Amino acid sequence: MFDLTGKTALVTGASGGIGGAIAEALHGAGATVTLSGTREAPLRELAEKLGDRAHVVTANLGEAESLAALPKAATEAMGSLDILVNNAGITRDNLFMRMSDEEWAQVLDVNLSSVFKLSRSVLRGMMKARWGRIVNITSVVGATGNPGQGNYAAAKAGLVGMSKSLAYEVASRGITVNCVAPGFIATAMTDKLNDDQKGKILGQIPAGRMGSPEEIAAAVLYLSSPEAGYVTGATLHVNGGMAMI
Amino acid sequence: MSDIADRVKKIVVEHLGVDEDKVVESASFIDDLGADSLDTVELVMAFEEEFGIEIPDDAAETIQTVGDAVNFIKGAV
Repeated sequence: MFDLTGKTALVTGASGGIGGAIAEALHGAGATVTLSGTREAPLRELAEKLGDRAHVVTANLGEAESLAALPKAATEAMGSLDILVNNAGITRDNLFMRMSDEEWAQVLDVNLSSVFKLSRSVLRGMMKARWGRIVNITSVVGATGNPGQGNYAAAKAGLVGMSKSLAYEVASRGITVNCVAPGFIATAMTDKLNDDQKGKILGQIPAGRMGSPEEIAAAVLYLSSPEAGYVTGATLHVNGGMAMI
Repeated sequence: MSDIADRVKKIVVEHLGVDEDKVVESASFIDDLGADSLDTVELVMAFEEEFGIEIPDDAAETIQTVGDAVNFIKGAV
């Protein structure tokens, strides 16, 4: 339905379940993609599966040099950078009273500050092209809060405010900035939960099931498409109804 | 000098879509030529590219008029 032929996209955290599905969806719509993540093996595996139009650039978004090199390497590999999907994220869960400065800082660095820096560095090319898409993957907990995730929820809520501010600044240049906020998505991480934990989670979801990475990817594909050109500063919640906001 | 001034003028005319005769040395990008703050960032980017120079942010802030731009670029190339 959506055609991204000739467009170029960088997806961070592409070695994970959701990031991989996003990269596949954009690639399937015709985009050239750069897959980024910390682990090279799963990125290579995905790139091989995708075939042509897939590049791999490993990066650790917690390290300044690695972070600065990523957009340059991606732009060199693809010739341009039209779509940035900030999907990479980490968790360092802990009760607020027990949370260390380091746990706080690591999550804010990778989940929020790196998105600021990556977005800043890709804007120049997008402004010149008078076209660009930035899609930030946030989380339902950025809107609802979650015990044990004060750092993570702060970073994800921070992304929403940052995206809206940037959306204001660049809207007149054909660049949109939006968020996709997943609820509970079935990935390797949620596979580790036991039945009791899963039951409790499912009880909060009107749809009665977890979402799939492909359902997040479809939302990202839409926001990346030319058809979504009039949607900016928005957050698209994909959560089976667990928070209707 | 005139070469740099002409090239600056051309960029400003193209980017802001203003009449050439309005782009005089004393013209302020924002007050006289209708640029918004993002336009000024883009003009600086265009100057950097045209003249192969780097214009740091603190210098960019001092470039308010066409003459400011020409003078800065003359000192930088």
